[in-house]
Amino acid sequence: MSWETVIGIEVHVELSTESKVFCGCRTKFGADPNTQVCPVCLGMPGVLPVLNRKAVEYCMKAALALNCEVSGRTKFDRKNYFYPDLPKAYQISQYDMPIGKNGWMDVEVDGKAKRIGIRRVHLEEETGKLIHAGDDITSAASSMIDFNRCGIPLIEIVSEADIRSADEARAYLVKLRSILLAIGVSDCKMEEGSMRCEANVSIRPEGSKEFGPLTEMKNIASFKAVYKAIEYESARQAKVLESGGEVRRQTRHWDDAKSETVFMRSKEQAHDYRYFPEPDLVPLEIDRGWTETVKASIPELPDQRKARYMADYGLAQREASLISDDTDLSGYFEKGLEAGAEAKALANWMTGELAAALNASGTEIASSKVGPAQMAELLGMVAGDEISGKTAKDVFAEVFLKGGSPRKMVEAMGLGQISGEEELRKAALAVIEANPGPSADYVSGKENAIMFLMGQLMKATKGRANPKVANQLLKQELDGRKKNV
Amino acid sequence: MELYEFGVGQLAEAFEKGAASPSEALSSVLERIGELEGEVHAFLLTDEEGARKKAKEADGLWAAARKGGARPAPLAGVPYVLKDNICTNGIRTTCGSKMLEGFVPPYDATVAGKLSGSVLLGKSNMDEFAMGSSTENSAFGPTRNPWDTKAVPGGSSGGSAACVSAGFAPFALGSDTGGSIRQPASLCGVVGLKPTYGRVSRYGLVAFGSSLDQIGPFARSVEDAALVFEAISGHDPKDSTSSPRPVPDMRKACKKGVKGMRIGLPREYFAEGLDPEVKDLVMGAVEELSAGGAEIVEVSLPSSMYGLAAYYLAATAEASSNLARFDGIRYGFRAPGAKDVVSAMKKTRSHGFGDEVKRRIMLGTYVLSAGYYEAYYNKALKVRRVLKEEFDEAFGKCDAIAGPTTPEVAFRFGERTEHPLSMYMSDIYTITANLIGIPAISVPCGLSKGLPVGLQLAARAFDEETLFAAAAEVERGAGFAGRIPGRIGGASR
Repeated sequence: MSWETVIGIEVHVELSTESKVFCGCRTKFGADPNTQVCPVCLGMPGVLPVLNRKAVEYCMKAALALNCEVSGRTKFDRKNYFYPDLPKAYQISQYDMPIGKNGWMDVEVDGKAKRIGIRRVHLEEETGKLIHAGDDITSAASSMIDFNRCGIPLIEIVSEADIRSADEARAYLVKLRSILLAIGVSDCKMEEGSMRCEANVSIRPEGSKEFGPLTEMKNIASFKAVYKAIEYESARQAKVLESGGEVRRQTRHWDDAKSETVFMRSKEQAHDYRYFPEPDLVPLEIDRGWTETVKASIPELPDQRKARYMADYGLAQREASLISDDTDLSGYFEKGLEAGAEAKALANWMTGELAAALNASGTEIASSKVGPAQMAELLGMVAGDEISGKTAKDVFAEVFLKGGSPRKMVEAMGLGQISGEEELRKAALAVIEANPGPSADYVSGKENAIMFLMGQLMKATKGRANPKVANQLLKQELDGRKKNV
Repeated sequence: MELYEFGVGQLAEAFEKGAASPSEALSSVLERIGELEGEVHAFLLTDEEGARKKAKEADGLWAAARKGGARPAPLAGVPYVLKDNICTNGIRTTCGSKMLEGFVPPYDATVAGKLSGSVLLGKSNMDEFAMGSSTENSAFGPTRNPWDTKAVPGGSSGGSAACVSAGFAPFALGSDTGGSIRQPASLCGVVGLKPTYGRVSRYGLVAFGSSLDQIGPFARSVEDAALVFEAISGHDPKDSTSSPRPVPDMRKACKKGVKGMRIGLPREYFAEGLDPEVKDLVMGAVEELSAGGAEIVEVSLPSSMYGLAAYYLAATAEASSNLARFDGIRYGFRAPGAKDVVSAMKKTRSHGFGDEVKRRIMLGTYVLSAGYYEAYYNKALKVRRVLKEEFDEAFGKCDAIAGPTTPEVAFRFGERTEHPLSMYMSDIYTITANLIGIPAISVPCGLSKGLPVGLQLAARAFDEETLFAAAAEVERGAGFAGRIPGRIGGASR
């Protein structure tokens, strides 16, 4: 039987406001433990939250950039549960009146456009961070709590269950990150935990309209892990169903080292969060004027960027969308242009040679040793006929491994293209001399033989011969012999 | 007249004129406390050293003012007491609970900051986490009623009420979630005000029912209560629910009289369950109001009977969440011998909370549970809306609503502890003001069997002026202002 995977994604993003969402504490990452705390974010008895309007604005901005309706009247609710990193034993969140709802985002996978619904975007507070002297909270000899993170504003972005493959899931996340970075509301660093995601995965027979019981997957710490976790989980569910078993609604933990999901809890063990309206905050009214002001502050988003790349630089739809959807790629692209690279060649190299090298080596583009300036330098040498395309690829591979300037590499290794007539004529004569048969063939009218001779010439010059000039000279020499016959 | 018998206004006047100094006033109340606290047990903590230091500072301020210097705050140097659920920087704050036995807050409640010129004597006893109507739920033993030490002082702010009644302090602050200021004020024969929700900052008040809680004053006269109310109210940027409305001159309001004021008597408040003597005294006070020129009208608040039920859903729901933070992890009591974090939390909460608090946490947790939210919590919200509509209608016909503060005078220790519902009934008249956020005051209107009876007045939101005007009229009629029981303890032994 053939199965369809149905995926919904929840993303939590820490907002990069200066201060926390309900108190004035700083939000700097990496400060000494418990140095950015006060009675309010420590949830001490009797203290009260005061809403940070900047955090509301950032949430509105994200919601608007994701084409959400931004609610006129909204409120906050308490989500109650006990955990040592949650000092009030409730998280101030939004239950039934999120700041943004009913939005969407378009992604492109394998050249096909797809619209993914955004169910809601809401504002809440971050929890503290536990550090265990041991494996986990139950087996640790002791645990320490750092409350610096506690109370940092967080937005939760919940997609509709519109995603159908691990590829789509990755495209969704890449573009979401790109949008959030473009509007500047978060640094979206998965490694620092400022962007986290959970995937809800279920499968159903191809063509079915019903949803299967879903698995909620936690602890997914990179885009690659999202991909792997979804692939793993849909295969696992298919296996269960195909062997006559039953998939039950549950929460599973992604173990990245083992590349598998592990059972955490069943639906029956799920928390009852006992949501109710937060009585310490008054309902929040977002008027039209405020929404319009926030809307006006949204800069160019990936979709607009894509349109610009196509119109201004003549990029193909696929390349344009690949580059514009990923902030790192578009950042690279634009820096490359600034450094003087020709747009189409740059896009070509980025989606070809560079993408392949990054993939093969597992490197992020941000840490590529061939940065945008090096790339521009390399492409400049190709455009100026200083090196051949073949040499460029070799130089690229070399710089990608070792770093440094492509031009210096070419100079140091004597890889510059040979365009000098004298030198090339010498080489041509030597090839004719060494290959009397093919030369005679050409002279006797089998002009195709020139291909072989060119190949020999390139080989002799280690690919450095300017092919145009070399070809011309070979022909000149051989044609001269025709007359002599 | 001893200095401990002076009211707030009288002390300020004496300080201003140089007839007495804050240190002298302090010595007088400390002596009084030393003499009688053993009988009353109104305090959980006294801070004599801090008080002496503060009084000395105030001596200097008033002396400087007499020499033409800046006038100090109106309550500068006046001794007072805070209920022990109001946080005080560097001074232990227990909420009457073992859970916070050793808790010393590193911050002041906003009201404590506003009274920083006054002389804090200490922290008063209360029902644990403000849950109760007799102070019998204090983890540190009950407070006794100064009028009869075999009777309860009411609660939950019983310690503050008893302090003011016994002459330990000219004023005290309490908190009122369902009657916790007005009911003990009534039982102890003092004035107690629950301000409009949002009038007084809740910052630093350990939360019980956040949408109901309000801090307010106890004093031995209406005018003193007005002075204190003025000093502690006003907008606070640290409390999002506090109102930006300006606070008018309340002292003036006390002298306004009731001519032309319409006083509503809800017929439901005078039905069964009301002690006949209490009823007579209340009606006598209403006649005084009428004699003062007020027009008495009958009003109806048919849904009042649902108030108690709605209250015990809303307040417990909020309490279950508010009290969840007491887990022994970061501060306060932690039960020893736990194996892991879950058992540490369970043990701490099992041993740290008393029975009534546990009862309410369980009730509140249930009320908010999946599948019950609509039937209980949401229903309570609906009752609150209906009550508000009924009061709005009543306030179309009258300016203030009058009735008894409680159905009976102070009851004896142990009388109601076995029957939580009978205890809850003592708040039947006070609870609606919290549910809809309006201000209400209890003012003494006489003695029944030697125990004080309070009349309650409620007004429209933010109309404390009307309350003070009417309460002052009742006070003049009853001749109760400034009254302190003649003998404490001995009378009933």
